[in-house]
Amino acid sequence: MINIEINGKQVTVPKGGTVMDGARQLGIYIPHFCYHKKLSIAANCRMCLVQVEKAPKPLPACATPATEGMKVYTHSQQAVTAQKGVMEFLLINHPLDCPICDQGGECQLQDLAVGYGASESRYQEAKRVVTNKNLGPLISTDMTRCIHCTRCVRFGQEIAGIMELGQAGRGEHSEILAFVGKTVDSELSGNVIDLCPVGALVSKPFRYSARTWELSRRKSISPHCGLGSNLIVQVKIDRVMRVLPRENEEINECWLSDKDRFSYEGLNSEDRLTTPMIKRNGQWHSCDWPEALIFTVDGLKSVMERHGAKGIGALGSAHSTLEELFLLQKLIRALGGGNIDHRVRQADFRADSNLQGVPWLGMNIADVQQLKSVLIIGSTLRKDHPLLAHRFRQAVKNGAQLNIINPMDDDLLMRVANRAIIAPSEMVNMLARVLKAMIEAKSSEGISKHIMQSLEAVNVTDEAQTIANSMLTNSPAAIFLGNIAQHHPSYADIHAIAQVIAKLAGASFGFLGEAANSVGAYLAGAIPNQGVLGSEIKHAEPPFNAAQMLGNSPNNAVPPCKAYILMNLEPELDAYNPQQAMKVIDNAEFVVSLSSFRGNITNYADVILPIAPFTETSGTFVNTEGRVQSFNGVVSPLGDTRPGWKVLRVLGNLLQLDGFDYETSEQIRAQVIPAEDVITRYLNNDLKDYAINIPSEEMIGLQRIGEVPIYQADPIVRRAESLQLTSDAAPPKVWLPTVLLEQLNVNEGEIVRLKQGDGEVQLEVACDDELPFNCVRVASAHSNTIALGALFGEISVEKL
Amino acid sequence: MERIKHFLKSFLLFELLKGMKVTGRYLFAPKITVHYPEEKTPQSPRFRGLHALRRYPNGEERCIACKLCEAVCPALAITIESDQREDGTRRTTRYDIDLIKCIFCGFCEEACPVDAIVETRVLEYHGEIRGDLTYTKEMLLAVGDRYEEQIAKDKEADAPYR
Repeated sequence: MINIEINGKQVTVPKGGTVMDGARQLGIYIPHFCYHKKLSIAANCRMCLVQVEKAPKPLPACATPATEGMKVYTHSQQAVTAQKGVMEFLLINHPLDCPICDQGGECQLQDLAVGYGASESRYQEAKRVVTNKNLGPLISTDMTRCIHCTRCVRFGQEIAGIMELGQAGRGEHSEILAFVGKTVDSELSGNVIDLCPVGALVSKPFRYSARTWELSRRKSISPHCGLGSNLIVQVKIDRVMRVLPRENEEINECWLSDKDRFSYEGLNSEDRLTTPMIKRNGQWHSCDWPEALIFTVDGLKSVMERHGAKGIGALGSAHSTLEELFLLQKLIRALGGGNIDHRVRQADFRADSNLQGVPWLGMNIADVQQLKSVLIIGSTLRKDHPLLAHRFRQAVKNGAQLNIINPMDDDLLMRVANRAIIAPSEMVNMLARVLKAMIEAKSSEGISKHIMQSLEAVNVTDEAQTIANSMLTNSPAAIFLGNIAQHHPSYADIHAIAQVIAKLAGASFGFLGEAANSVGAYLAGAIPNQGVLGSEIKHAEPPFNAAQMLGNSPNNAVPPCKAYILMNLEPELDAYNPQQAMKVIDNAEFVVSLSSFRGNITNYADVILPIAPFTETSGTFVNTEGRVQSFNGVVSPLGDTRPGWKVLRVLGNLLQLDGFDYETSEQIRAQVIPAEDVITRYLNNDLKDYAINIPSEEMIGLQRIGEVPIYQADPIVRRAESLQLTSDAAPPKVWLPTVLLEQLNVNEGEIVRLKQGDGEVQLEVACDDELPFNCVRVASAHSNTIALGALFGEISVEKL
Repeated sequence: MERIKHFLKSFLLFELLKGMKVTGRYLFAPKITVHYPEEKTPQSPRFRGLHALRRYPNGEERCIACKLCEAVCPALAITIESDQREDGTRRTTRYDIDLIKCIFCGFCEEACPVDAIVETRVLEYHGEIRGDLTYTKEMLLAVGDRYEEQIAKDKEADAPYR
């Protein structure tokens, strides 16, 4: 520790710390542009010049290491003169047209110019002009305003993992630009807007629409990925104008993924529902709430009279709040039924009854950075969990070994130590190989006989060996199951083997939560075999899970439900097998849809109840690390929309069910989670007594890899206009390895016919040689591919 | 002696004559009454009357939607909405002044970096029904177009003092 004195105040900074660190500790503000606490030090703006005793010239505070007994003056005559001089230089080429700049009012340069700038410029010569660059649909540029702090460049290199912006030229000719003809496509790109201290990089969707002083800042929580990023939603006259990150070191630090940042456009989309609607004699009518609710109650009652409560199936979404999911399951169980689930993209429910608690990350999000060895099974990582991927990237930078077992080899923008790219059907086998390698290297102690027997036929490969070694030799280690693993048809086996591997390696084991409320949905009891907080539910006959309700349970088929309650779901996009799901739902007698958006709901529903999205309702999300985060509505509900929990509450009243007299969402929350500290007790990834089944023969023929594209994952992002213009939202292509292209005799760019089940689509072909030889990668959840069937499984490709 | 003086003064109506003297003086003095509306009082170039939005000589509106007038307005009389115009420039899509709220302080004119919003010499305007005195962008631009000559002259006259 080093003691220094700043403006006469003593402060201790750790060894290697800078004067800036000391000043920040003391709360002394030193003006700066290029310095950012999360980025490396560039010291190129020179704004933070301070006077240091015995130093002949002023020194930059951000790059001057503290030395014992150093005396620093940040506001002395010398320091202020130096800072004013720097400001004059910065303003030489910076346009003085703040009134038309979109950064006006929130501009660091503008603020500091008030303190350090002269009232008039002495510079008479022509100012330089830099052409604007096209950086894609999210970032708008005014490059003449750039002061070359290079924060955006350093962000790309250090945080996003890809250098999409760079500085070219020297001196007055230097400028920030992207690669020729390229845009900025990183899924974290929006952060450069916050980082830019001037108006050079600003938000394109928000451009010129409001001033910062007109906006009220309201706190909220992101409803997208499992991280639960903290948001500041900025509102003007009851309309969400933009979203900014709210700093939380333990979750999103000061970053935000583009999905969280720009999805607000979906909230104001044309597709929003504003009034309840009912279908009478095949015609849709807008109506008022009492009429719609009574229509709903009559419909449900008539189905119950004929088929009993088990004829009703309720499907929620893990993007809904804890309160909504709790009331949905309470409603369905109070009616005497038990068909409730939220895992609509999950295919394999064999291990459901073996689950010991709520699947979660297995550790704190912040601790991910400390890991030394990581095994990620089945995840597109960057696209599914953009900010978690950033944490993994930092871990890798700190020396962690990243191992992946995945059907595709996308660029994760970090060094991957070992990779096993295998067909989805082989994922279980691959894990078995890793397990066997580990047992051979360590011991078979504690491994059940059943597992040892089933491992007999498994041959250890080199890649399995290296992965096993990486996990065994480095500590702390962790294994994570990504979205692809969770949607996998052999999810239960993957889960079980991964758990054994983790135990053997002494590693932490967890799930990368798919949605904002993946953990919360379990806690709320929105699963068929467990009630609130894992309480036991007794049923005469076992209730249906999501796969059974949606007709996607070949081994355990049940007659489909007669009535469905869908909440916050678009089954044609959200289901594991949209083909089957739509067949079942189309044939249902009565379908109630609680949704914020119209979408295709009118094609299959009988009544639409418009519920408020996260900005218009209070609620709670429990993120993947089990953190309970409640939020309030930031604007009032649009039109006749009502918060989902209120709608469900009134439905409960109209159905004359007991215990539906909640007045606030806090009351509901208190019933689910009595106190926050108890949550950890219910988080448990263990499977008990699950008999692992390792498939012996390989699947013959072509198989599909159906991932969910980043900007198709939930109803709000699907309608975010600007996000839909990004390259990540491009219409899906059929990705095939060269081997298959040659076999089929097609070239890249041609159109082929894809068949799955009884549906077919025609899509453009693209080549990805990293794919396993028998795999066809076709994204799901897109309007172009909804005619296809399951995310994984057989598929056929035909040349047209 | 005092009593005699007092008696004479009251008997000869001296106080009345004193009053009549003032009346008489004003009877012959030049008159300052203005016969409005036939006659009008002179106005300063800084007169703060009805608002106007100005244009550049080429017909382009001056306002750039910086919203400083809206921010500075102490009566919250100005409402602005802005967006990007097709040519990529920053423009207002709505510019309303509620003249009933307005206190004619002239801060908007002071704040404007491009001399777009100005207060003209016009003081004779009225509204007949509710909402008549909420001037929209089109109305304000029309006022500007009509009085541009005068506004330009006034601005020029005031320029040396700024």
